[in-house]
Amino acid sequence: MSSASAAVAPEAGLPRLFAGVRRDGLPLGLGAHAATHGPLPSPRGLIELVTAGGLRGRGGGGFPAGRKLAAVAGARRRPVVVANGAEGEPVSFKDKLLLRRAPHLVLDGAALAAAAVGAREVVVALDRSAGEEIGVVSAALDERRDRGLSWRLAVVPTGFVTGEETALLSALVGRDPKPTFTPPRPFERGLRGAPTLVQNVETLAHVALIARHGPDWFRALGTRQEPGSALFTVFGAVARPGVYEAAFGTPIRALVEQAGGVRGSAGAFLIGGFFGSWVDPAAAQGLSVLDADLARAGAALGAGAVVVLPAAACGLDQSARVARYLAEESAGQCGPCVHGLAALAGALETLASGHGDSRRDALRWLEQVRGRGACRHPDGAARFVESSLEVFAGEVELHLQGRCSGRRGEFIPTGRSR
Amino acid sequence: MSTVVRVNPIACDGSGLCAELLPERIRLDEWGYPIVDPRPLTPELRGHAERAVAACPTLALLLQKETTTRGT
Repeated sequence: MSSASAAVAPEAGLPRLFAGVRRDGLPLGLGAHAATHGPLPSPRGLIELVTAGGLRGRGGGGFPAGRKLAAVAGARRRPVVVANGAEGEPVSFKDKLLLRRAPHLVLDGAALAAAAVGAREVVVALDRSAGEEIGVVSAALDERRDRGLSWRLAVVPTGFVTGEETALLSALVGRDPKPTFTPPRPFERGLRGAPTLVQNVETLAHVALIARHGPDWFRALGTRQEPGSALFTVFGAVARPGVYEAAFGTPIRALVEQAGGVRGSAGAFLIGGFFGSWVDPAAAQGLSVLDADLARAGAALGAGAVVVLPAAACGLDQSARVARYLAEESAGQCGPCVHGLAALAGALETLASGHGDSRRDALRWLEQVRGRGACRHPDGAARFVESSLEVFAGEVELHLQGRCSGRRGEFIPTGRSR
Repeated sequence: MSTVVRVNPIACDGSGLCAELLPERIRLDEWGYPIVDPRPLTPELRGHAERAVAACPTLALLLQKETTTRGT
């Protein structure tokens, strides 16, 4: 998105991923990248370094990156590396912005991971919504001379579930971008049957920095349990919506301040994007971008999207729109997801329109969709719907009386225009 | 090492046969899809479970050996 900006964070030790990025928005070329970060280091000991650094995947799942590397490295066949840049969430732009500003950091990470696990092939996967980034990555690949490594840039269809590992691997072999039943997981049998390391592009960029500076450097930011820093998309009613770099444990308030602060007044914060949870502004004041902290409010960081809903917007109406979007973005393969998410979206729409009290139905359906899909899509959608019902309980009561405290309209994009 | 029943939700089209053959571990949701009880099969249930697996028209039911983790 055009208004996304790689602002310099006020915290000490930052920026990391955005270090040295150009003010004019153009990508760092290979020369400038090497001048900023230093030459590509040796991959020796990489898996141990990443494990010691405690890096967790930044695609939303939070799986320990070192464990994934070790699992692929231990396979019998020669593995393949996939850099996952398929960012289908309408309120997340951090992977695209990283690729646009610092493509070689991501590619360094992929090259190092490939060397560490013994892969000779790296696929960089972007979705079609990443128009500009496709050109940037293509040009960056032309600059590189990685010995013993063959690169491929693959463009896959845009979609909310496309970035799910198994869906992405399906897309890469020309099938529909839909999840597959597991096991086997990709690290066991992935692209064309080869053990496959699917790693989010931001995760790979952190790998490139850990290889250069070591685990202690990485751990100088964040907490012991959740070390390091991450990219956050701050979106909605803030002065400067964009992508910001912050250490784990940064107060939500400080992150929003980086984005210029709340514009007007906030009605609610959506933390963790569409698979995340609503948090009311008073509760959000005391929270930080740390899963251990967010768990107290029933939230989780996911891929790091924080959306500020303006007080003028009806939270219930927004929730119904997002729930409908998530229902429509179901891959359509698993019965409970197909029927359950449609039913849940309908329940929120009924409440939002004031046509009836569907709360009991919704609570019953929530129990019937969790854990019932081949992937986590129904679980994430259920989390969102559940938090909508909790945080906007007062608004639901108003609607049942035929009133509404806010306005309707698309305050949160759901990307339906694609 | 124990054995649990697992459904491949992609393959399942909700015939409901499994819930008839193994009601001790499988019930149906409102849309007719199986909700599986993740507890290990007892020896008495083993034969019923195997018949349910064989009866599934889309081969969506499977028996999975478990050590500690539960598949989803």
